[in-house]
Amino acid sequence: MSEAPYVIDVRHLTKSFAGKTVVNNLSLQVEPGEIYGFLGPNGSGKTTFIRMLCGLLRPDAGSGSCLGYDVLAESDRIKANIGYMAQRFSLYEDLSVRENLIFMGRIYGVPDLDAAVDAMLERMQLTPFTGQLAGTLSGGWKQRLALSACLLHRPRLLLLDEPTAGVDPKARRDFWDDIYTLAAQGVTSLISTHYMDEAERCHRLAYLAYGNLLTSGTADEVIRASGLTTWSLSGKNVHALAPRLKALAGVEQVVPFGNVLHISGHDAARLELSLQPFLHGEYSSQKTEANLEEVFISLMQQHKVI
Amino acid sequence: MGAGAFFSFRRFRAMVGKEFVQMRRDRITFAMMIGIPILQMIIFGFAINADPKQLPTVIVAAEHSTYSRAIIAAMQNSAYFRVVRTVASEAEADLLVEEGRVQFVLSIPEQFSRRLLRGESPALLLTADATDPAATSNAVGAFRQLAEAALARDLEGPLHHLRRGKAPLEVIVHPRFNPEAITQYNIVPGLMGVVLTMTLVIITALAMTRERERGTMENLLSTPVKPMEVMIGKIMPYIIVGYVQVSVILLAGRFLFRVPMIGNIPLLLAVSLLFIAANLGVGLTFSTIARNQLQAVQMAFFFFLPSILLSGFMFPFRGMPVWAQCIGEILPLTHYLRIVRGILLKGNDFAHILPNLWPIALFLLVALSIGLKRYRRTLD
Repeated sequence: MSEAPYVIDVRHLTKSFAGKTVVNNLSLQVEPGEIYGFLGPNGSGKTTFIRMLCGLLRPDAGSGSCLGYDVLAESDRIKANIGYMAQRFSLYEDLSVRENLIFMGRIYGVPDLDAAVDAMLERMQLTPFTGQLAGTLSGGWKQRLALSACLLHRPRLLLLDEPTAGVDPKARRDFWDDIYTLAAQGVTSLISTHYMDEAERCHRLAYLAYGNLLTSGTADEVIRASGLTTWSLSGKNVHALAPRLKALAGVEQVVPFGNVLHISGHDAARLELSLQPFLHGEYSSQKTEANLEEVFISLMQQHKVI
Repeated sequence: MGAGAFFSFRRFRAMVGKEFVQMRRDRITFAMMIGIPILQMIIFGFAINADPKQLPTVIVAAEHSTYSRAIIAAMQNSAYFRVVRTVASEAEADLLVEEGRVQFVLSIPEQFSRRLLRGESPALLLTADATDPAATSNAVGAFRQLAEAALARDLEGPLHHLRRGKAPLEVIVHPRFNPEAITQYNIVPGLMGVVLTMTLVIITALAMTRERERGTMENLLSTPVKPMEVMIGKIMPYIIVGYVQVSVILLAGRFLFRVPMIGNIPLLLAVSLLFIAANLGVGLTFSTIARNQLQAVQMAFFFFLPSILLSGFMFPFRGMPVWAQCIGEILPLTHYLRIVRGILLKGNDFAHILPNLWPIALFLLVALSIGLKRYRRTLD
């Protein structure tokens, strides 16, 4: 099972709470060493899916394997080989940074623990906070501590549930540097996020809405598959146009980016025809590629209609 | 009614309304608010009786005569005594007292009626288990009059002269284990059980609930740690705390309150482990049910109340009606109190306390298995 082609290979996973389907028939394959982004609006089932992978929740239907172990029957073995970081800080706030790491290390049976903890503190630049209570750390450092705690036992798969929520840009960049380093060492990561820039950093990504997997692939594949055409319009007071543009035939989204408006739609010809009066004159215009956010929002809107 | 008003009725109403909604949402708290007064009413109103009646009594009769039968019949009728049986020897009767199975032994001496008729004022010996002075004092007081009154009916006609002058018989009361009827001797050893119940149930009920409330449970569940490891691991430190408490009370009892300790202290300490474990088992079970720490504390209180009131700690166990005694028999504190008092005051050995040991063990087993069953390995 060491040479399994996929680290995560689940099929038709379904979970409902009180009759409401939260994850619907979800199949997903993640290759070793991949950084896999997991996107979707709040309540789309990302957290539920991740919890099912690490045995915190039992799927109602479906099957699959994680690190070669059966998701339903071998959750103990999965637990021993993954690092799970919950959305909410879930280490002990009344233990110091070092005590938290020692505790987690003992649970996982990390050999030569003292040295391993020291090395981890050093590597994550947590050494200055060694004796500080975890509860008194700022958001960014709490996140680094949580990441350290799930790396201590050298897991082969990281399941990170919105690890960068509420963390400043510098800390986010450091975090992603760590993830890339780990990926280079063969550690696979499944990361859920709401940030589009983070989505673009992933090798591949999946978009979930209302429990359904709407699209997956590399960022480019996802954008291309969306079939979305986007025009950018820039100029003074371009925002004032937005309500008028929205009403035009073929226009599905009008999104402001500073002094630029992105206007997108699926029907390229109709969109261009509608926009004709605005494309020349006081505004400078350009046909650009849709970005991920536009793709995701359009996916969500389409799905709602269905 | 501007924003600056000193007291705004609108804002006040908003607060009250919100509190009611929250109160209604928290079902367990709501149930406890209704349940605890009802429980207290039932216990204080029906179960507690400071004048215990129907105390189990055995008779050691060296003689069977009209007179001895009259006294026994009078005891039966008095409602204070319930004669459970007649035994052949003092030794057998002593054992029953030591094990706490009976409260009184009435010894009728040989040649009782002959000496009575001769006017020699023969002695009746009433041996009482006086560990809890409150349980025996009224019955003892009643017995003196009752014995004389019983004989008065038989000492009529030619025997009437025996009723004049000095009393026709002498009643000797032998209050065992606590002859001076010092309440502290009963309360201080009992306190051991009460303190252990109170702190251990609450602390452990909180321990697991805290993990869930703070979100650390999610992290714990994602690791390979097993329920048994979590539970026993959480219990262990508090077992040590329990022993510290036991030691403090034993030392204070010995040197501050001068409680006689004639029994085997290592035996007491060993048996305490079972009782401590039973309480922790209850606490853990509560913590698997409670959704937040407030609920956990309320549940602990709900358990603590009958424990302290129905166990024989505050009020004589035998004074309670049968249904209350049945509830009392389930509670580990009831049995632990008997064990502690038995070992410290009566010098009980292992064989004596065995009848009170297995109910605690059974309770522990049930509590732990409910706790383990309810411990959720997933977040479902």
